[in-house]
Amino acid sequence: MKRIIVRKDSYYDSVVLMSISAEIKKIDGVGEAVVAMGTEVNLTLIKDMGLDSDEVRAAGPNDLIIALEGESEEVVSSAETKVNELLRKKSSADGQAAYRPTGVESAVKIMPDANLVIISLPGQYAGREARKALQADRHVMLFSDNVPIETEIELKKLAQERGLLMMGPDCGTAMINGMPICFANVVRRGEIGLVSAAGTGLQEVACSIEKAGGGVSQGIGTGGRDLKNERVGGTMVRMAVEALAQDPETKVIAVISKPPAKAVIPSVMDTLKAAGKPCVVHFIGAESAAGEGNIHYATSLEETARMAVALSRGERYTGQEFDMPEEEIAALVERETAGMAPQQQFVRGLFAGGTLTDEAVFALHEPLGGVYSLDPVDPAFELRDPHRSQGHTIVDLGEDVFTVGRPHPMIDASIRTERIEQEMEDPEVAVLLIDCVIGYSSHPDPAGAMLGVLQAAKSRARERGGYLAVVGSVTGTEGDSQNIHDQRRKLESVGCVVMPSNYQAAKLVERIMARRASQ
Amino acid sequence: MKTDKITELFKQELKVINMGLETFADNLAELGVQTQQVDWKPPAGGDAGLLELFDRLEANTELDIDAANAEAVSRIMQAKPTLVDIGIAADVVPGMHKKLILHAGPPVAWKNMAGPLRGAVIGGLIYEGLAGDAGEAEELAASGEITFDPCHHHDAVGPMAGVVTASMPVWVVENTTFGNKAYCTLNEGLGKVLRYGAYSEEVINRLNWMAEDLAPTLRKALHLRGPVDIKNIVAQMLQMGDEGHNRLRAGTSLMIRELAPYLVMLDEPKEKLSRILAFMHENDHFTLNITMPASKSSVDPARDIDGSSLIVAMARNGTEFGIRVSGLGDRWFTGPASVVDGLYLPGFSAADAARDIGDSVITETTGIGGFAMAAAPAIVKFVGGTPQDAITFTRRMYDITVAENDTYQIPAMDFRGTPTGIDLRKVVETGTLPAINTGIAHKDPGVGMVGAGLVRPPENCFREAFEAFVERYGA
Repeated sequence: MKRIIVRKDSYYDSVVLMSISAEIKKIDGVGEAVVAMGTEVNLTLIKDMGLDSDEVRAAGPNDLIIALEGESEEVVSSAETKVNELLRKKSSADGQAAYRPTGVESAVKIMPDANLVIISLPGQYAGREARKALQADRHVMLFSDNVPIETEIELKKLAQERGLLMMGPDCGTAMINGMPICFANVVRRGEIGLVSAAGTGLQEVACSIEKAGGGVSQGIGTGGRDLKNERVGGTMVRMAVEALAQDPETKVIAVISKPPAKAVIPSVMDTLKAAGKPCVVHFIGAESAAGEGNIHYATSLEETARMAVALSRGERYTGQEFDMPEEEIAALVERETAGMAPQQQFVRGLFAGGTLTDEAVFALHEPLGGVYSLDPVDPAFELRDPHRSQGHTIVDLGEDVFTVGRPHPMIDASIRTERIEQEMEDPEVAVLLIDCVIGYSSHPDPAGAMLGVLQAAKSRARERGGYLAVVGSVTGTEGDSQNIHDQRRKLESVGCVVMPSNYQAAKLVERIMARRASQ
Repeated sequence: MKTDKITELFKQELKVINMGLETFADNLAELGVQTQQVDWKPPAGGDAGLLELFDRLEANTELDIDAANAEAVSRIMQAKPTLVDIGIAADVVPGMHKKLILHAGPPVAWKNMAGPLRGAVIGGLIYEGLAGDAGEAEELAASGEITFDPCHHHDAVGPMAGVVTASMPVWVVENTTFGNKAYCTLNEGLGKVLRYGAYSEEVINRLNWMAEDLAPTLRKALHLRGPVDIKNIVAQMLQMGDEGHNRLRAGTSLMIRELAPYLVMLDEPKEKLSRILAFMHENDHFTLNITMPASKSSVDPARDIDGSSLIVAMARNGTEFGIRVSGLGDRWFTGPASVVDGLYLPGFSAADAARDIGDSVITETTGIGGFAMAAAPAIVKFVGGTPQDAITFTRRMYDITVAENDTYQIPAMDFRGTPTGIDLRKVVETGTLPAINTGIAHKDPGVGMVGAGLVRPPENCFREAFEAFVERYGA
């Protein structure tokens, strides 16, 4: 039983529609369900599902397509009713309801003193809207990905000319004037200014600052390519650092990024030196370097936070690998490895946060003799099939390859739970390493959403006469609506070892695997 | 690097415009941050080809379209339409002659004319004495002996069918700022009338009375009084619940107030004067035929401005809807005329409706009519809406216009100026089409008006005009 409905001129945001599709698929008896705009990609997708029709073929990007397939007429009808109900919830703006502006130009007429424009539109359109916002002299947070590099260069050039923030593209997190922008946590305000080319990196550092008793003055995201791409040339990182240098509220500046392009490093370092304030730099995965003058290098996201807090208090930072005493770590390693079967020898890291993935890959690549991933340290360890792990594998499930037509795993847990179901059938898996990112815009209960499958994975290993270790950390704070303590407790209730940070979780996995090697 | 705006931001209260996922705005709103959600749709209907055209246009850095449009709209706002005279079409309308019939909308051949226009042409030929009955008129119309031409090509405008023939009396409105004139026939009233395609004896008799009694008498009164400032009248109308296109009750009352003291001074039988005053009083749309040439005379000086994407004419002939663009000369861009969404007079339904027709959409082109709907909440009953909807209609029009009128204001919107000067680029980009109020004619010749409502112009004429604009001005 199939039903296809095309509604002309009814635009909805794709993320809204993806979550509706996901919701509909959960209805008993529903096979396929697509609620999507008639973009070329979606039309192909629908055709591939065998839900094609003349009407669908004629649909355009402004037309809504509802394609349902279920075991009976009643199921399909109830699915359609549900779709309408969910759409209604989201569509207060259409038809006869109140006026809403249609673009930046008309929005600034209504809110003349707006100072920030957040854009999370499809990538092919987002650049255009960002340009208009900059031309209207507003700062921009561009959440969208799939924005061409040429567009990013052009936007940042324009922002530079006008002295405006151009955060992104592909910028998921910022904290401006204490307010969380997009994916962000409730962190107290303080004296540390953050500049980050890494979304969950900014979250992890900000939350670690909160845990260490510090606070954040501003958290400026730049998008991942700002330092990595020579042509973008670190424009926004440098502008942000200069602005924080002048900001009287900011005492310490921290910069977080993947290793910059070589050509970009000198200008960034010059800017940091010129800032005249203590600066903590963390280039994820770069060889650690000795500090110089006001520049201090950190080796992990957590250390970035702790070093910055110490500097803001005028204290000397002394690092240690684990917060727990060595004996406790040793006991923990003993406990987690005791029941493992001989064939259990691999680590599988399944992450929702991109930067957290990178941190884990870099921390474990050498100690484990190589970690496969989509963005490996050594190209020889490029994962052959993103959907299938090999050896030690750590994947960022937020990569495009996993999220086509599906919400990001920070919003919808199903990409990860499905992957865990797959991993648990592999008798060679010894350790599951996970993250759990909470805060604004994240899943309302990411730990809760994983409990069932984690329990199942553990008992599956037991059935085979082994023991599956699950190690993770929660990126968040007490102030977040999901609450870090509640999330920890939930994960611990199913036997997950929850470490104080992503870095410590990776380090614990390193110890566990070292112990395995000696067993 | 320049960072003053960033450090400034750090000191300001955060105020956010959100485009895309509403959650991001909701989170901030929960924390007390002021947010404004944008109701975004893919620009140009998601048409990649059109987006490329926008890029091409924007790549021409030598061209300042905004400046050209600012000049165009300032001319519209500087206009001072003034009612100066009533004349006979053949004497005053440029190029008018006995064998010429003017009609509403873009050019259309006899064989393609819709029912109401055919009916009005038949009536016009009978009225001129060129045909004895409908059959003869149709034969003559088809013979090629009669020339058909849009009113717009002769500085004129006509409501609905818009038929103007040589001996018809016309209002003469002069834009005293620029010295140009515009012409329009006198309004016949509602129901069975020529402009809705009716041509029965009663219609012809009324037209004769209008030419013999009404027009000459009004002319004398007007001369006695002197020119009437129509800009002032329209500004007052908007304060009194009219929008100038489909609601003109206040405007007609004002015109009666302007003319009555001079009418009674004329050396005419009081029965004749009483009939004239009653005729005006019984027809709320009497003033439409004055607001239309007032609009036409206001917008004409904005034509032919190099680089301007301002729409300077919108008009329908019952078959096609057409627009003209300032920077693209005399060319019409057309699409199929739409069916009007509205309310019907008792005994009629959508099945009886002709397609959209008339030059009256010249009012919207200058920022009144549908664009000023918020000033006329009573109008929304035609589309089954609420006064809030009327405000919404007007607010949407700010998205596609370049200025807020400095004279025409809307009380219900804190006296905000009406959205004035339609930018073709904005129409294509936002997909927001001009809101147009209109009457509905019967689809068959000879029947007349069947309802009124709101019309959605065809999108393709705006797209095609935009393509031509980029062809002419793009890099």
